[in-house]
Amino acid sequence: MASVDVKWANVKGKLQHYGSNRTLESYRDLMLVLVQKELKVRYNNKVLGYLWSIANPLASALIYYVAFKVLMRVQIEDYPLVLISGVFPWQWFTNAVGSSTGLFVGNASIIKKVNFPKQVVPLSAGLNHLIHFMVSLPVILLFLFIFNESPTLSWLYGLPLLLSIQFVMVYGISLMIASINVFLRDLERLVGIILHFVFYVTPILYPLENLPPRFQDALYFNPVAPLMVSWRELILHGKIDLINILVSLGYALLFLGIGSWVYRKLSWKFAEVI
Amino acid sequence: MREPVREPVISFQNVSKSYAFYKQISGIKNFAFNLHRSLASIRNAQYEALRDISFDVYKGENFGIIGHNGAGKSTALGLIAGVLEPTRGRVVVRGRISPLLALGAGFHQELTGRENIILNGVLMGLTRREIMTKVDEIIDFAELGEFIDSPIRVYSRGMLARLGFAVVASLDPEILLIDEILGVGDIRFQKKCQEKMLNFKESGVTLLLVTHSIASIAKLCDRVLWIEDHVVKMIGDPYEIAEQYCKAAGVEVDLGTPTQGTLSTTSL
Repeated sequence: MASVDVKWANVKGKLQHYGSNRTLESYRDLMLVLVQKELKVRYNNKVLGYLWSIANPLASALIYYVAFKVLMRVQIEDYPLVLISGVFPWQWFTNAVGSSTGLFVGNASIIKKVNFPKQVVPLSAGLNHLIHFMVSLPVILLFLFIFNESPTLSWLYGLPLLLSIQFVMVYGISLMIASINVFLRDLERLVGIILHFVFYVTPILYPLENLPPRFQDALYFNPVAPLMVSWRELILHGKIDLINILVSLGYALLFLGIGSWVYRKLSWKFAEVI
Repeated sequence: MREPVREPVISFQNVSKSYAFYKQISGIKNFAFNLHRSLASIRNAQYEALRDISFDVYKGENFGIIGHNGAGKSTALGLIAGVLEPTRGRVVVRGRISPLLALGAGFHQELTGRENIILNGVLMGLTRREIMTKVDEIIDFAELGEFIDSPIRVYSRGMLARLGFAVVASLDPEILLIDEILGVGDIRFQKKCQEKMLNFKESGVTLLLVTHSIASIAKLCDRVLWIEDHVVKMIGDPYEIAEQYCKAAGVEVDLGTPTQGTLSTTSL
């Protein structure tokens, strides 16, 4: 006990780690390996894996089609396209956010032992969901062609734009939910209920134009609505509405900010409670 | 001639660590309905796991930590690993930490042994390039044969332990944390682990061993810290402390003599 220095006894705890030399390359590799791991587990059997990632949104779209078009006979033009353009991006959002509660809790054994940048867990999960959505894009194209439509040049910039906005939004929300869920474990149920609610107040099953005008304006208070409307506008009409884009981007950055803040406040306590 | 001043690689300076009891806030429902009480419980109901602990560990040392269940050993290890933050005092660590993960932790069931080696390596902060240069050595040491390319869900507990130890021992550890998980391999592999750990000293690797096995403390460690009731009870010579510790626990253990140089293969 050479250097016992009493002055530290009553100050707030301090932890100094030198030489844990994580370089940019090691961060990148950590993320790549985590993404690869999930992909490998999911697409181990390539054909089946791919089928699974499109089966879910396709089946949902089919169910809504039967329920609303065949049974309830709603009068909406090209209803299958309306459904496909709404359900596919929504499935990405709801799957990513819905599964985010378990991101940290599910890795408890590692978090307790290793000090690693834990944000990479939601980050790599977000990348995975992004990839699943991207591989399902050909299915959307297929439906466009069946209904004698085709993608326009605006996809070239519209697609990367919407993909990035939704990725950032999903990451921010996941980071927040995953962090809070470490402490409040029944958040999972609440998230499920909220997602269910948001699904119906967002123009996914119905186009925006079918809403009364006063509700249309209220949609700006729904963080997901401008984004989902943008997806449909782009896929069906090749249009990009600047206001919707800016509002979506604003919400995405807001969630990124909140998520990062919550994570920074809570991450030091993870190992104590997890 | 004076010895050069050695700088400790791990230094605890008057470290205390308290936990809040989180049991009242087990869920949103409880938290919201007992908001007042929940907040009060986080602030007031603290459990002190370590109180005013000070010690230094130097480069190349084999340092043991013993103590009864709940004495605070794992908390100390968590502070060194950097997953916990001290409540008071200062913890300084100089060097890369390689924790030996509990059986299967950090391993993904569906991935092969080879893929898990890489996963573990990047979690500890190495790059893939660094890991790839060591993969063959790890596979050699783990002696898993053709199982290395099978998903680890088919591994036995002994195979998992071998893989885990091979990974941390081979990936250029600077400070190696071992928490009580070596009792699984067969005796031949245990001997191999012991030899590897004794070799660490020559290569300047610092080894931190938390265990209940008095025999391995006495055999492997240069110095030992005995934590009792959250404070330092003794620190120093392994044999002396092992003897005192056994006496305090009312258990008799034959440790042999300090001069006994040969490695025994038992009870690591």
